[in-house]
Amino acid sequence: MSANSHVEGQLPHEPEKATLEGRNKVLGFWLFLGGETVLFGTLFSAFLALRHQVLDGPTENELFQLPLVALATALLLTSSLTSVFAVHALHTNRVKALINWLIVTVILGAAFLGLEIYEFAHYLHEGHGFTTSAFSSSFYTLVGFHGAHVAFGIAWITLIIIQLSRKGLTVVTAPKVYVAGMYWHFIDVVWVFIFTVVYLMGKVV
Amino acid sequence: MDWLTTVDHKKIGILYMIAGGFFFLVGGLEAILIRIQLWKPLNNFVSADTYNELLTMHGTTMIFLAAMPLLFALMNAVIPLQIGARDVAFPFVNSLGFWTFLFGGILLNVSWFTGGAPDAGWTSYAPLAGTTYSGDHGVDYYVLGLQIAGIGTLIGGINFLVTIINMRAPGMTFMRMPMFTWAAFITSALILFAFPALAVGLAALMFDRLFDANFFDPSGGGNAVLWEHIFWIFGHPEVYILILPAFGVISEVISTFSRKRLFGYSSMVFATILIGFLGFMVWAHHMFTVGLGPVANALFSIATMLIAIPTGIKIFNWLFTMWGGSIKFTAANLFAVGFIPTFVMGGVTGVMLAAAPADFQYHDSYFVVAHFHYVIVGGLVLGIFSGLHYWWPKMFGRILNETLGKLTFWTFFIGFHMTFFIQHFLGLLGMPRRIWTYLDGLGFNEMNMISTVGAFLMGFGTIFFLLNVVITAFKPQNAPADPWEDGRTLEWSIPSPPPEYNFAQTPLVRGYDAYWKEKMDGHTGMTPAEPIGPIHMPSPSILPFFMGAGLFVAGLGFMYAKDWGNLFGSFKTGYALGIVGLLIVFGSMFLRSVIDDHGFHIEEDEILKDMEGKA
Ligand code: HEM
Ligand SMILES: [Cu+2]
Repeated sequence: MSANSHVEGQLPHEPEKATLEGRNKVLGFWLFLGGETVLFGTLFSAFLALRHQVLDGPTENELFQLPLVALATALLLTSSLTSVFAVHALHTNRVKALINWLIVTVILGAAFLGLEIYEFAHYLHEGHGFTTSAFSSSFYTLVGFHGAHVAFGIAWITLIIIQLSRKGLTVVTAPKVYVAGMYWHFIDVVWVFIFTVVYLMGKVV
Repeated sequence: MDWLTTVDHKKIGILYMIAGGFFFLVGGLEAILIRIQLWKPLNNFVSADTYNELLTMHGTTMIFLAAMPLLFALMNAVIPLQIGARDVAFPFVNSLGFWTFLFGGILLNVSWFTGGAPDAGWTSYAPLAGTTYSGDHGVDYYVLGLQIAGIGTLIGGINFLVTIINMRAPGMTFMRMPMFTWAAFITSALILFAFPALAVGLAALMFDRLFDANFFDPSGGGNAVLWEHIFWIFGHPEVYILILPAFGVISEVISTFSRKRLFGYSSMVFATILIGFLGFMVWAHHMFTVGLGPVANALFSIATMLIAIPTGIKIFNWLFTMWGGSIKFTAANLFAVGFIPTFVMGGVTGVMLAAAPADFQYHDSYFVVAHFHYVIVGGLVLGIFSGLHYWWPKMFGRILNETLGKLTFWTFFIGFHMTFFIQHFLGLLGMPRRIWTYLDGLGFNEMNMISTVGAFLMGFGTIFFLLNVVITAFKPQNAPADPWEDGRTLEWSIPSPPPEYNFAQTPLVRGYDAYWKEKMDGHTGMTPAEPIGPIHMPSPSILPFFMGAGLFVAGLGFMYAKDWGNLFGSFKTGYALGIVGLLIVFGSMFLRSVIDDHGFHIEEDEILKDMEGKA
C-alpha cells in the first residue's frame, strides 16, 4: 500500500486502511452490516406477512401520502450523496470540507427524521396506533427501527464531527469517518426498500 | 479486579469457561429434577407448573448459557494461538461480549427468585408465550435475558470472523488453517446471520408482551406460525452453531492422538462450509405438522436429508484418520472416539425425522427428545469435554489427571446412552414430550426408571470432572509447551500457559499442521517471521462490565414498569430504572469514544526474560 501512497500532508493514501486497527474496523463493520441485513430482512418478512391484518384500523392505501414520503426519500438520498462528498474529502485530506459535508449530512438526516415524526403523529391521529392491529405493530416496528437507526447515525456522526474538529484527520479518526459513511449508505439502502415495499406497494396493491 | 477489566482473550476464555461451567451445573441440576419427577408414574415430586419452568429453563440454559459459552471459551483460548496472532481483532468488544452474555444469563435466572421462571418451552411458541397464557413475568425474563445475552454472542462472532480473516500469521493461508479454527470461522458466520433473526423475534415478542403489539396474537390479527418461522430460521442454524466447533475439536484431537495428518483436509473444509450453508435451508423441518402443505414439506424434507452427505464425509474422514494411526487413548481421545458412533446415531434419527410423513408420527414424542440429545449431548458435550481435556494444559499449565478423566468419560458415556437410548422407544410407544407425568400401565414405567438412573450416572461423571479440576488446581504449574508430545498446530509451539502476548515473535507458517511440519523437518520451534521487539497491547477496561450491568438494570426496569408504582406524578419507577440502565450503557459508550487510549508496550528485555525463564 505504501508504494502508491501519494503523500498529502502526512496522511497515507487511504488513511482508513493504513493501520491494522483501521482494517479490522472496516471489515468488522462490513460484517456487522451483514447482520443488520438479516435484521431488516426479518422485519420486512414480518411486515409482509401481517400487512393485510388491519382489523378496524385504516389500511395502507387510506393512510399513506406519497408526496410527503417522496420528500423524505429525497432528503435521505441527498444526504447519502453528501456523505460521499465527505468521504471524498477524507481521501483528498481536506478536513474543513470533510467536516462541512458531514454537517450537511447530519442536517439532512435530521430533516428526514423530523418528517417521519410528523408522519407518525399524523397516522396516530388517523387512528393508526402501535396497538391497533398486526399491520400497525409491524409497520411501526419496521419503519421505527429504521428511524432509530437514523437517529443513532445522527448522534454518532455528530460525535465524529466533534472529534474531527479537536484532533483533525488521523489514522485513528479516518476509519471512524469511513465506517460511519458505510453505515449511512446502508440506512439509505434500507430506506429505498421501505419506500418500495411499504409505501409504493401499499398504494398499489 | 483484574478479571473484571481484562481484555486478554485467554483470560476471557477462562471467564467463559467458569460462567458456562456454572450454568452447565445449573442446567444439569434442572435436568436431574426433571428426571426425578419422571422416574415413576403419577409422581408428584414437583408441580406441573414447576415442571414447565424446569423444562424451559433446562433447555434455554443448556443451549444459550452453557453450551455456547463453553464453546466460546475454547474458541477464545485457542483460535488466536492456532493462527499465530498476538490478540483478537477487538479485545474490548470481546470482553463486552462476555459481560453481556453473563448479565443476560443472570437476568434469566433471577426469574427463579422473583415468582416464576419462563414456562413456555425453550422455543417459546406463541400464543403460549403471550400474555394470555403466560401472564406472569416468566417469559419477559426469557425475552430480555436472551436478547441481552444474544448481543454478546453476536459481537463475539464478529470478533472471531475479523480475527481469522485479518490476523493470521504470515504463511497461514486459509487452506492451512487448523480444522478447529475453520469450524469456529463458519460457526461465527452462522452466528452473524442467525442471531439477528432471533433478535427481531425476541423484540417482537417483547413488544407483544410489554407494549400490547399484535405480532403473534391472533385476536389482534397476528400470526402464531410467524413466530415459528422466525424462531427456527434462527434455531436450526443454531444447532449447527453448536455442533460445528465440536466437529472442529474432534478433528484436532483425533489427528493428534492418531499421530496422523487429518484425512481429507480439504474435503473437511468443504463439508463444513456446505453444512453451514444448508443449515439455513432446512428450518421448516421443525414445522412439518403445522400445515405448510405437502410441497413445502417435501422440499424441506429433501434439503434436510442433503445435510447427511457432508456430515457423512466428516465421519468417514475421522475414521480414515484413525485407520493405521498409532492411536493413544487419552481421556481427550476417548471422548473424541466416543463422539463418533454417538453422533452417527443422532444423525440417523435426524434423517428419520426428516422424512415428513414419518415425522407426523414422531413429532412431539420422546423420539425427538432422544434425537436432539444424541446430537447435543452425545455430540456437543462429548466434544466440549474432549476439548477441555485436550487444551487444559495450554490454558492453565496443568495436565488433568488421566485416570479421573477416563472415569469421567466412562460414567458419563454409559450414563448418557442409558438415559437417552431408551427414550427412542418411549417415543415410538407414544410417550409425549413436555408432559409432567404419565399414567401407570402404559408400558412407560421401567424405561423411565432406567432413563433416570442414567441421568444420575451422567451427574456422577460431571462430579468426577469437577473433582479432577480441583485436584489439578493444586498441582504445580509445570506442563510443557507440547504436553501430548504430538502437538501439530501452532498453539503447542509456545509455553503453557502462553505469555500475555502469545508469540514473542510472530511465527512463519510453512505448511498445514505448521508445528508438526517444523518438527518433521528437524527443527525444535517455529521459524520467526520478525525480529524481537516491543509488543503493543490494549489496556484493560471496566467499561464492558458496566455496559453489561447497565443492560441488566434496564431490562429489569422495563420489565416491571407496569407493576411498580409511580415516581414523580405519573412517571413509573420501572421506566426510570430502565432509563438509568440505558444511560449507564450509553455513558460507557461515550466514555469509550472520548477517552484516548493507546494501550501500552511490553518491552524487549521483558520478553527476552520470559523466553529465558521458559527455555
Ligand atoms: C444429521 C443431521 C440432522 C437432521 C437430519 C436433523 C433433523 C431433525 C428434525 C427433522 C427435527 C424435527 C423433529 C420434530 O420436531 O418432529 C429435529 C429436531 C431437533 N434437532 Fe435435529 N437434525 C440433525 C442434526 C442436529 C444437530 C447437529 C443438532 C444439534 C447440535 C440437532 C438438534 C435438534 C434439536 C434441538 C431438535 C428439537 C427441537 C425442538 O423441537 O425442541 N439436530 N432434527
Ligand atoms: Cu433443525
